[in-house]
Amino acid sequence: MSNTKKPIISDRRRFFTNVAHNAGLGLMGGLLWAGYANKAHSSIMTLRPPGALSEKDFLRSCIKCGLCAEACLHRDSNIDSETGLPRPSTLKMAKANEDVTIGTPYFVAADVPCFMCEDIPCVPVCPTGALDAESLKDDKGEFDIYKMDMGIAVVDPNSCIAFWGIQCDACYRVCPLLDEAIMLEYNRNERTGKHAFLIPVIDMNVCTGCGLCEKACVTEKPAIFMQPREIALGYPGDHYVKGWDKKDEARIAQVSTDDKDLVTETKRSDKDPTDYLNEGVSFD
Amino acid sequence: MTNYKYLLLRRFTQIGLLVLYFGANAYGWSLLTGNLSSSSILGIIPLSDPFAVLQMLAAGAVLSIDVLLGAVILAFFYGIIGGRAFCSWVCPVNMVTDAAHWLRRKLYIDKIERKVWASRNIRYYMVVIALIVSFVSGMAAFEIISPITILNRGVIFGFGAGVGLLIAIFLFDLFVLKNGWCGHVCPLGGVHSMIGRYGLLQVDHNHDNCTLCMKCKDVCPEVQVLGMIGKRSEAVEKPECTNCGRCIDVCDDDALGFHIRNVLNKK
Repeated sequence: MSNTKKPIISDRRRFFTNVAHNAGLGLMGGLLWAGYANKAHSSIMTLRPPGALSEKDFLRSCIKCGLCAEACLHRDSNIDSETGLPRPSTLKMAKANEDVTIGTPYFVAADVPCFMCEDIPCVPVCPTGALDAESLKDDKGEFDIYKMDMGIAVVDPNSCIAFWGIQCDACYRVCPLLDEAIMLEYNRNERTGKHAFLIPVIDMNVCTGCGLCEKACVTEKPAIFMQPREIALGYPGDHYVKGWDKKDEARIAQVSTDDKDLVTETKRSDKDPTDYLNEGVSFD
Repeated sequence: MTNYKYLLLRRFTQIGLLVLYFGANAYGWSLLTGNLSSSSILGIIPLSDPFAVLQMLAAGAVLSIDVLLGAVILAFFYGIIGGRAFCSWVCPVNMVTDAAHWLRRKLYIDKIERKVWASRNIRYYMVVIALIVSFVSGMAAFEIISPITILNRGVIFGFGAGVGLLIAIFLFDLFVLKNGWCGHVCPLGGVHSMIGRYGLLQVDHNHDNCTLCMKCKDVCPEVQVLGMIGKRSEAVEKPECTNCGRCIDVCDDDALGFHIRNVLNKK
């Protein structure tokens, strides 16, 4: 009897152990990798270049080549007349430590906003279609800066000094779509009795989210700032329609009525609203 | 007398491409714009990394003709040249791992450390896993961790924290596994092994001239492809050869050289 005798390992055992070894290592690596990939998404506040597909499709399609950022840097309008060299590019390529999927283009309006070039040079250079040129073209097939939608401007009325009654129209004047994306609403200032509030109001259908107003804002931390449209905008749904607006009313025609999940009678429909609305509330 | 002909030529193409890419961004040169993931020659001819495009397709992207054409062009280009010409003549990470390999030799790390086992085939599994993870996560999986694109973009647009990954790969190759990244793990190298499998350029060994000095095996990053050294006169047939020509450089006996694969009348 000897304890040092080597166990006999059959070919079959060797084969299955090898298969298990490789499959196990592959699965381990794959799980770690997929775990990272699922968390490698950008911050929800990321502003993408014009014409970018929806974030999900954009991440699928962007090959991270940087041609858009190079086109942005070398746009005709970007040459500093004093040095003859280009100024910093609006579009940046995300680095490993940034809160944006690595290697994808984005911009920070407070640093360098988008100047909304008429020829939109960043888009046609995209080799993959992650920046969709067709989405920015008008009926004649020409680029239309009104079709850009990188984000939308949001005003914080508490810190915007125009809401205090101080005259400031920096955002209004710098807007490339002057008097269309930002309009000034004139309200009477009851406190002084002889002045007006000049309140900036954003038209969400026009504003492209270029960020020039955020850059121009005079407050220490801008009172007007860019947010992605998916973040800043709500959606009323199909239940509410502006009956006085022919265009909005047309939406009713598109609402599907043969949706099997659409229910108008529920359990509480049996009772009177004045009863069920007060259920569970005690008044003592 | 060690020769540096091919080493210098490789550094010239590697650094030259980085200079062109850098200049395209910094000074607006138009000869070669973009980066190794996807670029454009004079704004006309598209070039795209075939592996990146494969991952994007696996992720479910609907891609434009430009990028698909670019991938086909590069696959044909490297396929005709043969070997992993991309890895040793273009890829900037090659300079990082070559530096680690050089330092290993200088520090006699191989003579001191015990052997670590790792299969040279890991890279092929990595290719498969990359495609699966791309499919599951909806994002080109290798492109978000690739040190190649991080180094390449770093030179063009600035490094950021990505430089940490490059240092990690240098240390991995230096202390964990000889030729660890380029020779075992990198899936892009695996893809280029497959692309260049039947290419024209090969390293040929002339057994009659060989003096068995084994300098070639010392410098070779894929030492398993040199199995015939001192045994038979034949060409390197294994697909992992990077065609770097370093073995040809160090051979004092004219026993190694590039030759063109005889495609027409094979033995």
